[in-house]
Amino acid sequence: MSDFGKTISRRSLLKTGAATGLVLATPTIFTSQSWAQSAFLNDPAKSGKLVLGFNVPQTGPYADEGADELRAYMLAVEHLNGEGDGGMLNTFSSKALQGTGILGNKVQYVTGDTQTKSDAARASAKSMIEKDGAIMITGGSSSGVAVAVQALCQEAGVIFMAGLTHSNDTTGKDKRANGFRHFFNSYMSGAALAPVLKNAYGDDRKAYHLTADYNWGYTTEEAIKSATEDMGWETVETVKTPLAATDFSAYITPVLQSDADVLVLNHYGGNMVNSLTNAVQFGLRDRIVNGKNFEIVVPLYSRLMAKGAGANVKGIFGSTNWHWSLSDEGSKAFVKSFGTKYGFPPSQAAHTTYVQTLLYADAVERAKSFNPCAVVEALEDYEFDGLGNGKTLYRGADHQCFKDVLVVRGKENPSSEFDLLEIVEITPVGQVTYDPNHPQFAGGALGTCNPGA
Amino acid sequence: MVGLMDAIFLQILNGLDKGSAYALIALGLTLIFGTLGVVNFAHGALFMLGAFCAVTLNGILSLSYTTIDPSRTDFLGKPLKVQTPYVEAWFGPEIGATIIQWSVPLSILFAIPIMVAVGLIMERGLIKHFYKRPHADQILVTFGLAIVLQEIIKYFFGANPIPTPAPPAFAGSFDFGAWLGFAPGSIIYPYWRLVYFAFAIGIIGVVFAFLRYTTFGMVVRAGMADRETVGFLGINIDRRFTIMFAIAAVVAGLAGVMYAPINSPNYHMGMDFLVLSFVVVVVGGMGSLAGAVLAGFLLGILESFASMAQVVALLPGINQIIIYLVAIIVLLTRPRGLMGRKGVMED
Repeated sequence: MSDFGKTISRRSLLKTGAATGLVLATPTIFTSQSWAQSAFLNDPAKSGKLVLGFNVPQTGPYADEGADELRAYMLAVEHLNGEGDGGMLNTFSSKALQGTGILGNKVQYVTGDTQTKSDAARASAKSMIEKDGAIMITGGSSSGVAVAVQALCQEAGVIFMAGLTHSNDTTGKDKRANGFRHFFNSYMSGAALAPVLKNAYGDDRKAYHLTADYNWGYTTEEAIKSATEDMGWETVETVKTPLAATDFSAYITPVLQSDADVLVLNHYGGNMVNSLTNAVQFGLRDRIVNGKNFEIVVPLYSRLMAKGAGANVKGIFGSTNWHWSLSDEGSKAFVKSFGTKYGFPPSQAAHTTYVQTLLYADAVERAKSFNPCAVVEALEDYEFDGLGNGKTLYRGADHQCFKDVLVVRGKENPSSEFDLLEIVEITPVGQVTYDPNHPQFAGGALGTCNPGA
Repeated sequence: MVGLMDAIFLQILNGLDKGSAYALIALGLTLIFGTLGVVNFAHGALFMLGAFCAVTLNGILSLSYTTIDPSRTDFLGKPLKVQTPYVEAWFGPEIGATIIQWSVPLSILFAIPIMVAVGLIMERGLIKHFYKRPHADQILVTFGLAIVLQEIIKYFFGANPIPTPAPPAFAGSFDFGAWLGFAPGSIIYPYWRLVYFAFAIGIIGVVFAFLRYTTFGMVVRAGMADRETVGFLGINIDRRFTIMFAIAAVVAGLAGVMYAPINSPNYHMGMDFLVLSFVVVVVGGMGSLAGAVLAGFLLGILESFASMAQVVALLPGINQIIIYLVAIIVLLTRPRGLMGRKGVMED
């Protein structure tokens, strides 16, 4: 005898339909409550403490950038706990955060030193998760570190809110379900810079690339090369330079012998400071090639690094995620809080880490759970405003933020030691948006969230 | 496109200026190893301290007083605080600005007493206790000292590079192309790098002349050859060797001072040069001053040629290993180095 033979009554059909409809119509708030009941790693309800792990370079070449990130994290914790002037909590489009901690828990934090080395960064993140009970890890000033720590957080089952990481791979082939990036990427730099370069230097240019010989360098070279070739430029040479190089004269002099009229420096940090200084010393900017002024482009600018290059940055185009001179209410609130507390304006690294902390806290509040899977659900395809970059989308397909990108230029007459870059264009988000399956982001998969229980 | 000759000429120039730094650091290392028998891994830190002498003097000369300019605002919208250097107030804006712009050459005078003091304190305070210890102990303690010095500098100056420009008079480039009859602009080289090369040659000449033509130098050379016999003659060779340590520190420090405009000084710059300079010493011959200088310039030039795009295209990665490759070949075929004494490192 089989039930399949039974005729489905109209009453049972209605019951089934009604039940299905009820489930489908249930608001996410109730689903989220179910997240609250499921087990996950380092649950504050069990440990009695809410700990965030700030993993930044405290030693090594990016220590100053790490220090600025740490300042921003401490400011964010202050604001989340209801101290200070509230900063961007006052301008954030979401009003879930009330300055009462996160879900009523006072925010505590521990710090780790990444040393800008993947192994050291993973070790410190692991220690913060296992020994200190950190429920979220954030920070970093390098894509290599971000990718390594993101993978670790995925395995461990905590959320990773990336700091300064610009490589396409962080939300491309190395993306993870538990990882989120607010910072922009190499593709976006290329898409934002190319039209500005075309306007400034024309569409008949020959570019010579010097590229740092590691992951970030490769994706940046690919992005800038692709974007500039699409507008008509020719790439005459791409040369990889060792990451440990300090003197770039041997790489600059061949540029003099090529017929290139633009030098693209796919370098960051100390590499950028030294290669740009060397290029200017060798008189590249005074040259006339192919009847045009020779130009230099630095795809990723950092104010802290620009300071190291001194007057050499004057007039040179680049892109940046955020700048303290922005006049929107969110940026003004953040600059005021940060500047009042520390006496100088925040860097883009400080901005992205502050915002990431607020976004995590807000997602937890909205999900009403610290469960990483609930946080992932709350952040995916989440649209917000008031955090300094205009309307922003945390795309669910790759956990990359999509927002306006700034094209900047080294200022000719800075009024102070902080006033090194001027905003040339705010490139609208539509111009830097790409398909999740774009070739520059090919490979890898988000996978599923891991609550770590 | 310009010819192969231009490219070769440019890479030789590059090699000479890079080799100048290698040669000066290796010269100091060899002086210390030859006199005291100590493998000084803190020598790169002395180079870095020299560069930061230039940064410090620039900072001192730029010391400013503050006035409020109500017509302008700072990043918080408050009236702008305008900094005016005291030297500009004392000597007038033009002379004051010129003094600040010439801070790097002036730093030579500033750095000499500081480097002498640092050298004497290092040798008397720490390194002399390790003369009779194995080389491994010496390497560990001097490497530790280098890290301590680095961290002290980072604490006071931060981790970011600090721009320290050359005087504006040396800001441009010399057009070798026009001078040698090639196409104008085809071979240009920054003035300051040429100054650095000339400075290095000058320092090397002074050190060699000092050792060759002074009684002090003669005693030191005798001590390097046979320390015990010189001691038996009633000469206090230890004190002279201590002074040689200070001289080696000054050589490294001055190399750092003049290097500051080439690449913005940062706390890590000593380490970047240290390992390469040790390779230079080994290739030149442990204890051979002339070998250190020769190998410094030779490896500098080889490194430059290995960085050429055509060479890298032919042998990928050669630019990163060329110096070590040469060191391996020299150690296998001539363990005492290019100009090392027979028997040294050949056991």
